[in-house]
Amino acid sequence: MSSYLIKGARVLGGDPADLLIKDGRIAAVGESLSATGAEVVHATGLVALPGLVDLHTHLREPGREDAETVETGSRAAALGGFTAVHAMANTDPVADTAGVVEQVWRLGQEAGLVDVVPVGAVTVGLKGERLAELGAMADSAARVRVFSDDGICVSDPALMRRALEYVKALDGVVAQHAEEPRLTVGAQMHEGDRSAKLGLTGWPAAAEEAIIARDVLLAQHVGARLHICHVSTAGSVEILRWAKARGVDVTAEVTPHHLLLTDACAEGYDPVFKVNPPLRTDADVEAVRAGLADGTIDCVATDHAPHAVEDKECEWAQARPGMLGLEQALAIVQDTMVETGLLDWAGVADRMSVRPAAIGRLTGHGRPIAPGEPANLVLLDPTGRSVVDPAALASRSRNSPYAGRELPGRVVATFLRGVPTVLDGKAQR
Amino acid sequence: MAGSPPAASSSRDPRGPAAPGALLSAADVARVVDRMAHQLIEKAGNGLADLVLVGIPTRGAPLARRLAARVEAFSGTAIDVGTVDITLYRDDLRLRGVRALEDTVLPDGGIDGRLVVLVDDVLFSGRSVRAALDALRDLGRPRAVQLAVLIDRGHRELPIRADYVGKNVPTSRTQSVKVRLAETDGADEVRVTEPEERP
Amino acid sequence: MKRHLLEAADLDLADATLVLDTAAQIEAALSGREVKKLPTLRGRTVVNLFYEDSTRTRISFELAAKRLSADVINFSAKGSSVSKGESLKDTALTLEAMGSDAIVIRHGASGAPHQLASWVRGSVVNAGDGTHEHPTQALLDAYTIRHRLGRLEGVRVAVVGDVLHSRVARSNVRLLHTLGAEVTLVAPPTLLPVGVGSWPAEVSYDLDAVLPKADVVMMLRVQAERMNASFFPSAREYSRRYGLDARRMAALGDDAIVMHPGPMNRGMEIAAEVADSVRSTIVEQVGNGVSVRMAVLYLLLGGAPA
Ligand SMILES: [Zn+2]
Repeated sequence: MSSYLIKGARVLGGDPADLLIKDGRIAAVGESLSATGAEVVHATGLVALPGLVDLHTHLREPGREDAETVETGSRAAALGGFTAVHAMANTDPVADTAGVVEQVWRLGQEAGLVDVVPVGAVTVGLKGERLAELGAMADSAARVRVFSDDGICVSDPALMRRALEYVKALDGVVAQHAEEPRLTVGAQMHEGDRSAKLGLTGWPAAAEEAIIARDVLLAQHVGARLHICHVSTAGSVEILRWAKARGVDVTAEVTPHHLLLTDACAEGYDPVFKVNPPLRTDADVEAVRAGLADGTIDCVATDHAPHAVEDKECEWAQARPGMLGLEQALAIVQDTMVETGLLDWAGVADRMSVRPAAIGRLTGHGRPIAPGEPANLVLLDPTGRSVVDPAALASRSRNSPYAGRELPGRVVATFLRGVPTVLDGKAQR
Repeated sequence: MAGSPPAASSSRDPRGPAAPGALLSAADVARVVDRMAHQLIEKAGNGLADLVLVGIPTRGAPLARRLAARVEAFSGTAIDVGTVDITLYRDDLRLRGVRALEDTVLPDGGIDGRLVVLVDDVLFSGRSVRAALDALRDLGRPRAVQLAVLIDRGHRELPIRADYVGKNVPTSRTQSVKVRLAETDGADEVRVTEPEERP
Repeated sequence: MKRHLLEAADLDLADATLVLDTAAQIEAALSGREVKKLPTLRGRTVVNLFYEDSTRTRISFELAAKRLSADVINFSAKGSSVSKGESLKDTALTLEAMGSDAIVIRHGASGAPHQLASWVRGSVVNAGDGTHEHPTQALLDAYTIRHRLGRLEGVRVAVVGDVLHSRVARSNVRLLHTLGAEVTLVAPPTLLPVGVGSWPAEVSYDLDAVLPKADVVMMLRVQAERMNASFFPSAREYSRRYGLDARRMAALGDDAIVMHPGPMNRGMEIAAEVADSVRSTIVEQVGNGVSVRMAVLYLLLGGAPA
């Protein structure tokens, strides 16, 4: 295994230091390191962060390999600076058995670009009727710890209670897609002034907030761990703040797109901006940024949702919800959180690596950049800006809401256990 | 126009009271209209009561009203007046931006069986007159249709000629003939401008 | 005028007035004539692309285009390649390749005309999209009001009924506001969109309080099935609170008129004796629809291509 000497990287945005990587681990951190035989990576001006961890990725395999595969999604992730991604369970077949989660896990190993960590479905077939074999998935080679019916809310309160209770024995967590389905029948976009004008059925903030309020109470009642997916409203942030103050074991994520975009994007009816939960208002964007800054929201998760052209180049109401996120996530966090002064690079490392790894119980990720730790790293150049070209993305799909948008920063290199998956901004396999 | 008096009395005094560069002054225009009214009376003879003067907007409409007023003044016979907007009948719509429509107003009782004299300010290619003839065909069946124009500047693209001409003005194709009337432009005047003078 | 007519907001005061004036001139030019046809759009092709059944709107556009001598192709989603799964974009590009100059589209999905406009070079006219807009309906309504009352500025219009699901209401609120009328929306709160407060209109839940001050009462179609989703308890209760019957009509001012975009639910939002009264403009609206649509087609297609 080759060794690498990274010269002059600013660890967590601090002073420049050299990093020696050997045998998959960080061997040394210091000034003016030298090592014979090590490949030198010039990193002057680059920021070094622990490899990013995504709690929420849709890789579409098995079932919709025309939209994304584990391999193409892994490549997109590596190019985005990720070293681990959680693959959501809403595939076809659904990842609700040990067999399916092991298949996804194995495909990830074969791709070898990031650690693909399968998420197990909470209920059989995501139908919300009875629990899937959560224990079997936890005990499988995939070692599932995060369970989610994402895409669909576990809306039955009794079933949700049982799921929360049951995963306690597995050191697991239920990641809830918070959407009261009876309040979002036919919903197309955030319900407010713009939905009224555009004549698109509204998705009220209360449909998210009501489920979060219910579930934090349930989690407290049964003493279980709860994770809230893609928090999108100011009200949700308030409820989470309240719950955490009361000691509820709840964590939450926010997507890059909810940090940046608003329902104004729907004005032209371009379905690339259709997503679930929908893009909200300026006030909501401000609230989720503040929540991420003060830790009420624990982490950024992409909800990377590739869709084939025919599922997006159609009428808004017929289009599938979801947007790409892996390759631009770090740039958007830099744009919305770092350049606004809400987070420093240490804070970014915490919200995009340390905390999501802890929520997912990933022991090898989200670790300090220190001797002896696994060499999961990303080097990014925070200077310069570039325009997003969907055709240049590694994802098999093109539904990026950032097409044509100028964003800051660039991922230069990603190391997965000492092996560069990305060098000079190019995927290595 | 055989048998009609020599053209345009104003040609006797082209400089006269007209503004510098103007072809016809206000007084010239009035004289020309008077003469055309006399010609109409002479030619219509006993058929004067049948006559309908139909102006082609924009400036043909006030011209038709003036002609009617002068014919009535000279003959004592009240003359029906109308306008026919030809925009929707033009064959050159695609050549420039969309045009606002103008009114089409015909006398009560319509134009069936009557002598319609179309009135326009300038006769050039003849396409406007053709469009007006198409419009008239959809509006009724006159006994006969004639044409009266204030200025005939030549360069016909269709086999159309005027029955009454206020003034023949030889021009080059690149020149333009600008008729101004008090009703539409604040004052009466006819002017020939060179291409570079166009606004 | 913009190249497309997708929503009422595409028309500023000058454009909206131009459409109404042009419609009036066309109506005058054609009134009393045996030959109701103009050669204006000879050689132009207008496609009626209808994804929803709406015989009256399609016929109105078809008549408008034919009276301007355009070639008209009626392309209905049923029984065509569309029902076999062809996408809107593929259909649009096919129609354009066949030489269409304008596409008149009726679609069940809000925003479909906007998307179409981004894919084709010709003009797109929205003939009703989902619960979004129906701008030519608003134009013909404005035309009818101006014709009956002689003005639009300051006219007080009550729009009554299922505003939430009504593309007619959305277009009318915007256009009437542009033209200087004052709109009051009257409906049970369940049938008003969240966000209606941002519209340039007053909102009332009380029809009886609004009627005496209204110059125009525009009744919207209310589908009885809405009660299954609890938008209101029963057709009877809806009709009692928000229906226009003879008693309520008596509360109107002497010159006030009653409008309905059709098709009506007699006995639901409007009583038969109201629909058939002299105040009713319902039949007139249909006739005006042809003139207004001729004006729109002329103004979009009657000049040099943009
Ligand atoms: Zn979700």
